[in-house]
Amino acid sequence: ICGDFVLVSGDTVSNMSLAEALAEHKERRRKDSNAIMTMVIKQSKPSLTTRKSRLGTDELFMAIDPDSKQLLYYEDKADKGTVSLDKTLLSDHPSIYLHNDKQDCYIDICSPEVLSTFADNFDYQHLRRHFLKGLLDDDIMGYKIFTHEIHSNYAARIDNFRSYDTVSKDIIQRWTYPLVPDVQFFGNSSTKLERRGIYRSSAVGQSLSAQVGPYTVIGSGTTIGNHSEISNSVVGEGCKIGSNVSIEGCYIWHNVTVEDGCKLKHAIVCDGVIIKSGVILEPGVVLSYQVVVGQHFAVPAYSKVSLYQQPIKQDSDEELEYADNSSGIIDASSISSLPDKLSKESTIQLSESQLLAASEVGNGGLGFIWSISEGSHEEEWGHSVAPIPAAKLLEIMNISNDEVEVQQQDGNLPHSGELEPDSVVANSDDDDNDMKDDYDFFEKEVDATFRRAVDENIKEDNVILEVNSLRLSYNLTTADCAGALFYSMMKSALSAPHSSSNDLVKNATNVITKWKKLLKYYLPSMDEEIEVILKFEEMCFESTKEYSKVFVQILHLLYDKDIIQEEAILNWASEKEGADENDKLFVNQAENLIKWLNEASEEED
Amino acid sequence: MPDIQGVVNEFIDKLKKRKVEGSLETAQLTAELLRSVISAQKLPPTNQAAALIEAVRDVGEKLIAANPVELSVGNIVRRVLHIIREEDVSLLTSDTGNLTLLPGGDEKETVGQGDQCDPFAAAIGAESLRPQLLHMLLGNMPNSAAACHTYSFGENAEEKSKSDIFGRSRKLKHDVIEAINVLIEDIDTSHELIGEQAVEHIHQSEVILTLGQSRTVLEFLRAAKDNKRSFRVFVAEGAPRYQGHALAQELVGRGLKTTVITDSAVFAMISRTNMVIVGVHAVMANGGVIAPVGMNMVALAAQKHAVPFVVVAGIHKLCPLYPDNPEVSSNNLRSPSELLEFGEFSACMDFGCLGGAPLVHVMNPVFDYVPPELVSLIITDIGGHKPSYVYRLINDYYSSEDFVLNPKDASLKV
Repeated sequence: ICGDFVLVSGDTVSNMSLAEALAEHKERRRKDSNAIMTMVIKQSKPSLTTRKSRLGTDELFMAIDPDSKQLLYYEDKADKGTVSLDKTLLSDHPSIYLHNDKQDCYIDICSPEVLSTFADNFDYQHLRRHFLKGLLDDDIMGYKIFTHEIHSNYAARIDNFRSYDTVSKDIIQRWTYPLVPDVQFFGNSSTKLERRGIYRSSAVGQSLSAQVGPYTVIGSGTTIGNHSEISNSVVGEGCKIGSNVSIEGCYIWHNVTVEDGCKLKHAIVCDGVIIKSGVILEPGVVLSYQVVVGQHFAVPAYSKVSLYQQPIKQDSDEELEYADNSSGIIDASSISSLPDKLSKESTIQLSESQLLAASEVGNGGLGFIWSISEGSHEEEWGHSVAPIPAAKLLEIMNISNDEVEVQQQDGNLPHSGELEPDSVVANSDDDDNDMKDDYDFFEKEVDATFRRAVDENIKEDNVILEVNSLRLSYNLTTADCAGALFYSMMKSALSAPHSSSNDLVKNATNVITKWKKLLKYYLPSMDEEIEVILKFEEMCFESTKEYSKVFVQILHLLYDKDIIQEEAILNWASEKEGADENDKLFVNQAENLIKWLNEASEEED
Repeated sequence: MPDIQGVVNEFIDKLKKRKVEGSLETAQLTAELLRSVISAQKLPPTNQAAALIEAVRDVGEKLIAANPVELSVGNIVRRVLHIIREEDVSLLTSDTGNLTLLPGGDEKETVGQGDQCDPFAAAIGAESLRPQLLHMLLGNMPNSAAACHTYSFGENAEEKSKSDIFGRSRKLKHDVIEAINVLIEDIDTSHELIGEQAVEHIHQSEVILTLGQSRTVLEFLRAAKDNKRSFRVFVAEGAPRYQGHALAQELVGRGLKTTVITDSAVFAMISRTNMVIVGVHAVMANGGVIAPVGMNMVALAAQKHAVPFVVVAGIHKLCPLYPDNPEVSSNNLRSPSELLEFGEFSACMDFGCLGGAPLVHVMNPVFDYVPPELVSLIITDIGGHKPSYVYRLINDYYSSEDFVLNPKDASLKV
């Protein structure tokens, strides 16, 4: 290739005339030899709810200089709709339009420098993601990319099922005139366009009671049985549709047999498939070549059925699992035909181990449901032929509403999902939230320290040192330390084997006795003690519920061990007077203790 | 004949891809193509006309199937077939008339009338002629016409006939090709011939209304202007292609006073006009016309205000079929991008979210049908006629056997 060339991806549909774009490109090149590529783009608004374009791809952001039509920025995997532009762009170009309503047609007029750039950067795998962005970022060579927008012509690329569906519907609506089914650009069967957008081929046999709905294409040689309804679909040549069949929004290729009483909704059925009577195809199903679906079988939504087993990327252990994993689509008929092409969305190669598996299973079933692999489940609804279910739309709308709300609060807020459940205590304002985060980390660290101490039998002084250093690093108070330590101790008691609550108390006793000094160190004043009690309460509510039964006993224990003084307990009780019933649960439990304490304190007084 | 096949296929391709636009151009190319087909066709010694007819019909079917909307293709094919039959008959009549010449290429194999001044032969000739006329009247299938009636009158006759068959074949082809040349010339000069009649119809200080753009109308008006008629023209723009704008520019280029109006304003302005002159896509057998979209509206408005609705069309646009004939695809839907901006409406066409079925449809039909009651006059290159006269024209130019080119073409509906 020595001159300019037009680069088109093989799955592009367009009726545009390249003359204008070519003339523009040549003109530009004469004036500026750095203008190496002209991209053809078309205006097409993405859906507001799902943030995806009509063709099932993510929203595309492009910054274009309106005067020179130069492309300055290109992003197709934008993070939740945020785009960051380089300020230096503005210095060179006085005005920039940022578009998200354009669609990349993947038709490019390129100059030979494009080829040399590819040769230089041999790891460019994807034309847009790597090459284009690389060019835009590259300042050394100073190459420029320009855009050409087409208005009345049509161009689109089909690279997933959603775009297959959309572009098919556009063709049926004649946006791609003269490339429409009734103008015989290719092939020889004459198709007539009748009322309501039905394209009917010349030799179609249709029963009188069958209804062919709007915007349907029926190929030649197809027969349709009684009381069948076909709407918004494309049916290929040589198909036999039985009676009482309902076909809606499907793409049925050539030589397919659909027997009586089936319901097909938003599915793709490839050549040579036989669908026995009473089958229901849920939305988004893809049946690959030559599959046979048994009677009265309901193929689950968004599944792909193929004569080949789902290609496995794991080791051979899983092979055997999959070998038994054939679906219920067994039919009486016998040998599957020779391997035809796989359905087009699978680009995975057949490994040797898999071939082995196939021969193990033999040719019994005539199709395997490819289970939806993890991670791609999210994309199934986006990429399938079926319309996005209303539930999903609502879900997406709700998510986007939530995001909007959260962003209206303090911008530094972490997302609500990240906060620990046990730190969701009442009366927390923004600052507290921040603190709660820190506190959680601190607690964890203390816990780890404590456990290490227990395991390695470290001396208390050392533990105190460590906890102090943690406190300083986290900028917390001794009360927090006390609480954290208490928490760790209780947890360790909990983790020790116990069969009943009495055992638990015994364990706790052991632990507390052992580490009394450590805890005492952090309880210099009453506030800390109250803090500990509060912490204990919290624990009983949230994380270590086993303690709730033995709350009082532990409390008594703490009192006995002189860790907590009676005043602390009394103060705590009085503080809780004004609280809710829930909060007062433990107070009520400890009522007896408190009464006894009161009497005791009166005695002392 | 491989090279003729190549040429045929090339033309079919062009038709399929809609690279040829306009009835005139299509008619010209079709006629030239058929001429080449005929000249390349090797004729058997007998039944030549039948062979020619077969060949032309074969090619003609393919051409019509390639672009069923362009009716002029079918018209020319049928014209050529008619020419073949006519030439055939005329050769036969001239032979029997002279009795010296051998009988011309007959559908029936009448061998051996010979150069005997034989009244018997004359009688035979006449007899063979009369059944031919009869079968034309009765509209028998041309295949049956090709049934051989062998009249053998002596070996002389056979020998002579053999040599004369050779002469006959050349003569038939020759005649047919000459006739086709005349046809092509007619097509080329149709505009001038129509223009010559302009003077009779357009008088001084008239106001003429037209819609869209038609070369025939342009020539018609130009001819009137050249003949010192002064008139004004209202041009309705002809949405969505707005070809009226181009016509207005051309009229101004010729020095005519022009006013551009929208299609919707036609009824408002029609009372101020004297005549409506329009060009059409095709004239059907009942006198109705297939015209650019919006014409029916103009015709109704004209009828309401008693303004003559005059159609100018070359004879190649005269179609022997009736508009309700299922073979006739009278309308063509073009791309909706002529109406709407795709980008603006792409939100409405997000099929993923709308439950899969498109809710907004855009239809862009190209043609309109105007019934014969609304047409006052049809001006062709041979003169002006009322719509009710069209059947006579069809009879002159077409043979009834050719109306249905292929009887097996009906679509199956169980």
